[in-house]
Amino acid sequence: MAFDKVELKDIEVWDGNFAASQALRQCQIDVVAAYPITPSTPIVEGYGNMKANNQIEGEFVMVESEHAAMSGCIGAAAAGGRVATATSSQGYALMVETLYQASGMRLPIVLNVVNRALAAPLNVNGDHSDMYLGRDSGWIQLDAYCPQDAYDLNFIAFKVAEDHDIRLPAMVHQDGFMTSHTAQGVHTLDDDTAYGFVGDFQPMNDMLDFEHPVTHGVQTEEDWHFEHKARQHNDLMTKVLPKIQTAFDDFEKISGRKYNLVEKYDMDDADVAVVCMGTSVETAREVAGEMRAKGIKAGVVGIRVVRPFPFFEIAEALKEVKAIAALDRSSPNGAPGMLFNEIAGALFNTDTKALLSGYVYGLGGRDLTKKHLVDLYTELQANVDAGKVTTQLQQFIGVRGPKLSFL
Amino acid sequence: MSEMKKIKNLKEFSTSADRFEGANLLCPGCAHSIIVREVLNATNDDLVLAASTGCLEVCTAVYPYTSWDASWIHIGFENGSTAVAGAEAMYNALKTKGRLKQPDRNPKFVAFGGDGASYDIGFQWISGCMERGHNMMYVVLDNEVYANTGGQRSSSTPIGSSTTTAPAGKVSYGERKNKKDMVSIMASHQIPYSAQVAPNKWKDMVKKIQHGMAVEGPVFINAVSPCTTEWKFDPKDTMMITDLATDSLVFPLYEIIDNHELNITYRPKNVVPVEEYLAAQGRFKHLFKDQYKYLIKEWQDRVDEKWAYLQRREEARV
Repeated sequence: MAFDKVELKDIEVWDGNFAASQALRQCQIDVVAAYPITPSTPIVEGYGNMKANNQIEGEFVMVESEHAAMSGCIGAAAAGGRVATATSSQGYALMVETLYQASGMRLPIVLNVVNRALAAPLNVNGDHSDMYLGRDSGWIQLDAYCPQDAYDLNFIAFKVAEDHDIRLPAMVHQDGFMTSHTAQGVHTLDDDTAYGFVGDFQPMNDMLDFEHPVTHGVQTEEDWHFEHKARQHNDLMTKVLPKIQTAFDDFEKISGRKYNLVEKYDMDDADVAVVCMGTSVETAREVAGEMRAKGIKAGVVGIRVVRPFPFFEIAEALKEVKAIAALDRSSPNGAPGMLFNEIAGALFNTDTKALLSGYVYGLGGRDLTKKHLVDLYTELQANVDAGKVTTQLQQFIGVRGPKLSFL
Repeated sequence: MSEMKKIKNLKEFSTSADRFEGANLLCPGCAHSIIVREVLNATNDDLVLAASTGCLEVCTAVYPYTSWDASWIHIGFENGSTAVAGAEAMYNALKTKGRLKQPDRNPKFVAFGGDGASYDIGFQWISGCMERGHNMMYVVLDNEVYANTGGQRSSSTPIGSSTTTAPAGKVSYGERKNKKDMVSIMASHQIPYSAQVAPNKWKDMVKKIQHGMAVEGPVFINAVSPCTTEWKFDPKDTMMITDLATDSLVFPLYEIIDNHELNITYRPKNVVPVEEYLAAQGRFKHLFKDQYKYLIKEWQDRVDEKWAYLQRREEARV
């Protein structure tokens, strides 16, 4: 029984979860092995519904845990075909062992991560703790700011991950609830165009080629382990970003939508810049515009590719700026935030004299309001005027009680 | 349907085309390699294999070498079952979509795991695979201990066995709990076939493996795998120990079809006292001290009781 294609409107009203489900359908995944968890559950529910209505030909395996979900994805990917799943938060944490195994085995799996806080205390709402947990796992990590991005970046993820020069798994991140459950207009691709962009899956070292048996998941100790890890890191550092850029360029040709490794808004003449991820990028853009009306030259840098980190592109984007705020939506628990550290590292050996401060915000779904960002930009301008950081280096935004700041 | 391989005698069986090479790092006298060869040689069909982290895995796929001349995957300690289940799902997907490179083949999906990987850390994953009905076989290489890491107790370790985490000592007779009944637990998943096998009874083994490969759906096999290192016997005595295991009925050989038809598949002509089985292994040495001798009687009673239970079930066809 052939599966049915779906006629989409040019613009559909979808939330981020359904946008991701639709992208998976259009990519014609061979195996999805998944386990539901809030707030990513509707991705697999949506996919299951499409399967039940003959819109999907591939296998849909509802396993008994997230660890098993990724384990099944690894087995399926090694067998030789297109594989994807979705998760959040605790499920992501349970999956971490297998995240490293998937990337070390060079299997191009796509994982939709609907970002959510990590317990304890238990919390179902959005922050970036899960995203940060996987940042050393050897995956490509793309970040969506809205449902449109969540849809588009899935195609990019398959295109890059499955490229035989890359062969690395990729995550598409979106903010829990703020993106995953917020319906917006999403410009669609028709089924043929979408599938044509990702193309047919090209197997490599596939276990189901019985004429060429293959061994996956070997043992290496001090004699070879380092070479494997170094090669994986080398490919992430040297091959992935150019490949993503090419995919972005190709995608623009079919969709008219342009993505960049680092997204820059109002940055041409900016004195002060906020660097952030997820839905906060859109809020910051709006506030930057309002700050400009007040005479503060504000700009926004959005991280589109979290891993591999666009080290040089970030330095380039921030080279003329006088004060920078790095916004981390995950508790660093005893250190400056990840973005603060990466940006500091990217700028350290450059000619910049920019002042860098870090902000931790939005934990467990706490709103980042426009007022917060107005205050933040005002602080950055005060730093510029004083020629030094006037606050402590690390501040918590929007937490109740006395103001928390460190360093 | 694939044709069932005909095996006339042991000589022919042992010289079948090997897809598991003798070039591996397993201990001399390890029963794992014997069991794996028996399972693989029971069929001529293509194989997609998995191993959980453990002795079999670390001894057969050390980069840049492999002992496997069939597709093989290892992910981690707990998920060998799900690795094969994922591959089986991919096979079904590519079959539906007409993308199999060799569409005329009838591959068999088989996962191997030690008792640590199966009774303990991977228990949930196996349960999930059995419940979902993947067309796969899971084989436990049951040596009743975490052998790869130096002999720690597992939930398959039997009472009175001295292990490194439950050692015998001045006030301890070693392991205090009896082993889990995995064959029944897995049969209770309503799977078409669950069985216990032993490498010394190779005809029984082949029959069960072939039955398991012929049925549609998940199959669970528990294979007793005497461990020269942790059971503490001379490497040349592996088959002698296995004979004692089956002939003392400590490891009765039986099968459960569709969770209701239990068949005993081997009845020793001369049942050996359990004491002889225990006496042949260093791990039970302390049981022969006066203070623990009562445990040997308890062992015998327990084995007799289980044997009687199996016979009652067989007779009642339940």
